[in-house]
Amino acid sequence: MFRSDTIAAVATPMSSAGIGIIRVSGEEAVSVVEQIFCPAKKGKKLSEQDTYTIHYGTIVDGEKVLDEVIVLLMRGPHSYTAEDTVEIDCHGGVYVMNQILQLVIQKGARVADPGEFTKRAFLNGRIDLSQAEAVIDVIHAQNDYALKSSIGQLKGSVLRLIREIREEILYEIAYIESALDDPEHISLDGYAEKLRIKTKELILNMEQLLKESQQGKILREGIRTAIIGKPNAGKSSLLNALMGEERAIVTEIEGTTRDTLEEQIRLRGLTLQMIDTAGIRKTVDRIEQLGVERAKQVMEEADLVLYVVDASCPLDENDKEIIALLQDKNVIVLLNKTDLTEVTSKEQMRELMDKPVVSVSAKEERGIDQLADKIEHMFLIGEVSWNDEVFLTNIRHKTSMEHAKISLQKVLESIALGMPEDFFSIDLMDAYEELGKIVGESVEEDLVNKIFQKFCMGK
Amino acid sequence: MAYVEMDTDVAVVGAGHAGCEAALACARLGLLTTIFTVSVDSIALMPCNPNIGGSSKGHLVREIDALGGEMGKVIDKTFIQSKMLNKSKGPAVHSLRAQADKAEYSRTMRRVLEQTENLWIVQAEVAEILAEDQKVTGVRLCSGAVYHAKAVILCTGTYLKARCIYGDVSTYTGPNGLQAANYLSESLKNLGIELYRFKTGTPARIDRRSIDFSKMEEQFGDERVVPFSFTTDPDTLQIPQVSCWLTYTNEKTHEIIRGNLDRSPLYSGDIEGTGPRYCPSIEDKVVRFSDKNRHQVFIEPEGLYTNEMYVGGMSSSLPEDVQHDMYHTVPGLEHARIVRNAYAIEYDCINPQQLTPTLEFKAVSGLFSGGQFNGSSGYEEAAAQGLVAGINAARKILGKEQIVIDRSRGYIGVLIDDLVTKENKEPYRMMTSRSEYRLLLRQDNADQRLTPLGYEVGLISQERYDQLKEKIQLIQEEKERLEHTMVGASSRIQEVLKRYGSAELKTAASLAEILRRPEMNYEHLAPIDPDRRELPAEVVEQVEIDIKYDGYIKRQLKQVEQFRKLESRKIPKDLDYDQIPSLRLEAVQKLKLCKPISIGQASRISGVSPADISVLLVYLEG
Repeated sequence: MFRSDTIAAVATPMSSAGIGIIRVSGEEAVSVVEQIFCPAKKGKKLSEQDTYTIHYGTIVDGEKVLDEVIVLLMRGPHSYTAEDTVEIDCHGGVYVMNQILQLVIQKGARVADPGEFTKRAFLNGRIDLSQAEAVIDVIHAQNDYALKSSIGQLKGSVLRLIREIREEILYEIAYIESALDDPEHISLDGYAEKLRIKTKELILNMEQLLKESQQGKILREGIRTAIIGKPNAGKSSLLNALMGEERAIVTEIEGTTRDTLEEQIRLRGLTLQMIDTAGIRKTVDRIEQLGVERAKQVMEEADLVLYVVDASCPLDENDKEIIALLQDKNVIVLLNKTDLTEVTSKEQMRELMDKPVVSVSAKEERGIDQLADKIEHMFLIGEVSWNDEVFLTNIRHKTSMEHAKISLQKVLESIALGMPEDFFSIDLMDAYEELGKIVGESVEEDLVNKIFQKFCMGK
Repeated sequence: MAYVEMDTDVAVVGAGHAGCEAALACARLGLLTTIFTVSVDSIALMPCNPNIGGSSKGHLVREIDALGGEMGKVIDKTFIQSKMLNKSKGPAVHSLRAQADKAEYSRTMRRVLEQTENLWIVQAEVAEILAEDQKVTGVRLCSGAVYHAKAVILCTGTYLKARCIYGDVSTYTGPNGLQAANYLSESLKNLGIELYRFKTGTPARIDRRSIDFSKMEEQFGDERVVPFSFTTDPDTLQIPQVSCWLTYTNEKTHEIIRGNLDRSPLYSGDIEGTGPRYCPSIEDKVVRFSDKNRHQVFIEPEGLYTNEMYVGGMSSSLPEDVQHDMYHTVPGLEHARIVRNAYAIEYDCINPQQLTPTLEFKAVSGLFSGGQFNGSSGYEEAAAQGLVAGINAARKILGKEQIVIDRSRGYIGVLIDDLVTKENKEPYRMMTSRSEYRLLLRQDNADQRLTPLGYEVGLISQERYDQLKEKIQLIQEEKERLEHTMVGASSRIQEVLKRYGSAELKTAASLAEILRRPEMNYEHLAPIDPDRRELPAEVVEQVEIDIKYDGYIKRQLKQVEQFRKLESRKIPKDLDYDQIPSLRLEAVQKLKLCKPISIGQASRISGVSPADISVLLVYLEG
């Protein structure tokens, strides 16, 4: 908010194509990049260079060269954010951008909040009044999205584990605090040793999580692909056909909590995160209505929509509604059941919407190859990219986990030094808050509630 | 009809711990002050526990004193036992608690009131708050008498529509059978003020002659008593102290309670008020913590000139016969004679979110309130609010800017901010875990934090302020000296380090660095610090804490810096939240209700998200 700390983000879409820009802004922007930038022309350090200069060189992680880059230096107040800003133009590629961003974070920047560059620009007077409303909208839209996706992307098992760890940390804090508030009823004798064992255990758990996040295992990744259509259009059999062909890797099914089914499949080296939805139609049935609402929401959030149309039936009101919803999305229309008599034709569909149409028969597993071609093509020309947020989220999560782990290590240090117990809870609380950022929960009244719930206070 | 008509600057309604501080502050700041109480003999009454202070509450008393309040001075004169709690823990959570001689405390405070210029006590029940155009003009008493006033401070404690209950017996009285105030609630409602109904309770008092102390553990006071007030000379406090006693409930006690739960008004639904979770009745504890087979019971004297003993830990609203049976199961209380029964009390209080952080009602100009009436509990919490309400009422009349103590400056700030910002569904008690910056808000440095403000306000004398400045300077100088005095790895030094089990020096180090080692203290360094000059104990204490916990203190100072930035971004009073685009509906509703004075306060309202705060910021800039 009023932080002038240094922020960083990838300023271009995370796709496999083109050049990628990583933007760093804030008081330490220059010194952060200086640590990882090795200029081709030896001599002046980045911090000694003039404003509005461009430098060629490499980004290095210790000895390892990550990429060949061009670095743009803009000192405040004459930059977009009015703060010192450095832009790293690299060769793009999701992997490389991700690596560079992580490196920048490691050297002291933090992942920018959604809309934060714009917000800073505004707060620093770089954007004029008339744009205020637009800025507000951006912040809100991006925040809502990030919040949703941040938790949404976490795998259920990881979410549970982090919540468990948080719960355990909170219990320890509450125990210490209740003893401080009511020393005559609750004793801390011998507690430090118990906490030491517990903290070590928690650190081990955190390390496991960190390892998994390193391997990208904690997030649901891939192109978010929603399969939608009317009931009985053949959505599920299409999914089965896709899975059948590629021997799908099923990672997780959450049919119990939401009535959309999620599976991960690999198609020609691309990872698709498939989301099967309830059929969309006007209905009075309440439960079905909920399913339909959810399907619409999934559609909103998807990177790619596979719209399955039953070619053996004429189009009706429901189709028209769906088509209206799809106008500005990345859509592939799948004309299914072409093994039966074709009532609705390709041409008819093309008239109604300007989207690619592929004829398939899920039942006979025909047309799947063409579909795969189409998806691959859309991805390669950059029409479909996967969600950048996954990478940012991953880095944010990793940063938070690392901070939480460091805080827990400080608890161990304090215990080893024989510090009084109230110091333990300072670092425990930091760890608790950091993990809260991952699961989207804040502290608020947690602690006081826990104290009253678990421990019998005096008087 | 003829009636008495009087003028006063400030009318204080209620003479409990909040009312006394409020009235004293106003009178000392030169305003004509009238304090109303239903019973002059009950000024500064302690109707529940017989002690002042305790964890985090001790901090509050220190802060009250640092600002120029009275509570600390009075308890220093009337304590009969004193203890520094949490001594084995860090300095942030050391907290002073003293057993009071209740009658002496009450008498002493009354005497202070009577000896204060500009301050007049009136025994009467206030029936109505007079206001014109949402601006307070005075109060009307039950007798019909009218006091015109420029400001009114409500400190009615637990007296509004009070009802005391045990078993199926209930009386419409305030604590200790005192007259309740039955008219004021209506008057407040007419002013558009929203009321809550809260509940609290107190245990029985037992005649000490009927207690067998041989079955209990004796609890002594500290050998060296530390004063609450920064103005009290510690040497005057080293007096003989009385003991408290520790005993326990047992399965038999719990059986009796469980067997009679249906007769408890708490469980039968006769009590509708919301009780505090931190101060549960014994029946509550037995139900909620059924896995515990015993609970502690502290037997505490109520004073030197009474036999009454307070049974800490066993408050109850069970019927009289059950109370007898249950107390008699406790070792040492087998033949106990009950002087006063335990009871629960229900009372009207306000939703404190209707107040600004200066404790003035948002809807009624010149109307202030403090204490249990604001939904808090505890003598210390009450006194702290009374003092702030008093100072601000006076400043309003004097045309000066009202004061707000923020969360980084004192527990008082945390207390008031929590009350006026957060949703509060039970009587609020101060706890050290409620403070984010507690390493900075220690009881030992309350004077450094708040006495300059007390001086600026006019409640601290020039002399006391000068003494503080001198103390701060001595602390600074000594800290710098220790940071800059280097010692080499000589055999003399290694020997000293070895004596205290500390690792030998490899290279030269500053005295401060050595002091930071957990096993070392200022005293230990004496033999290797020949240039040391004689310093007062309270200076040494500060130097030691500041140096030893330097790392943590710096961390919190950094957090405070961030915090203050948000606090200093003020929100205009008349901001129309409906007009702000993109603000979520929930946030709009919460913000409209709370009307935060700063972005910082807004960010602490539950239901207002960080994104809402961003929007607000951008809008305010725009």
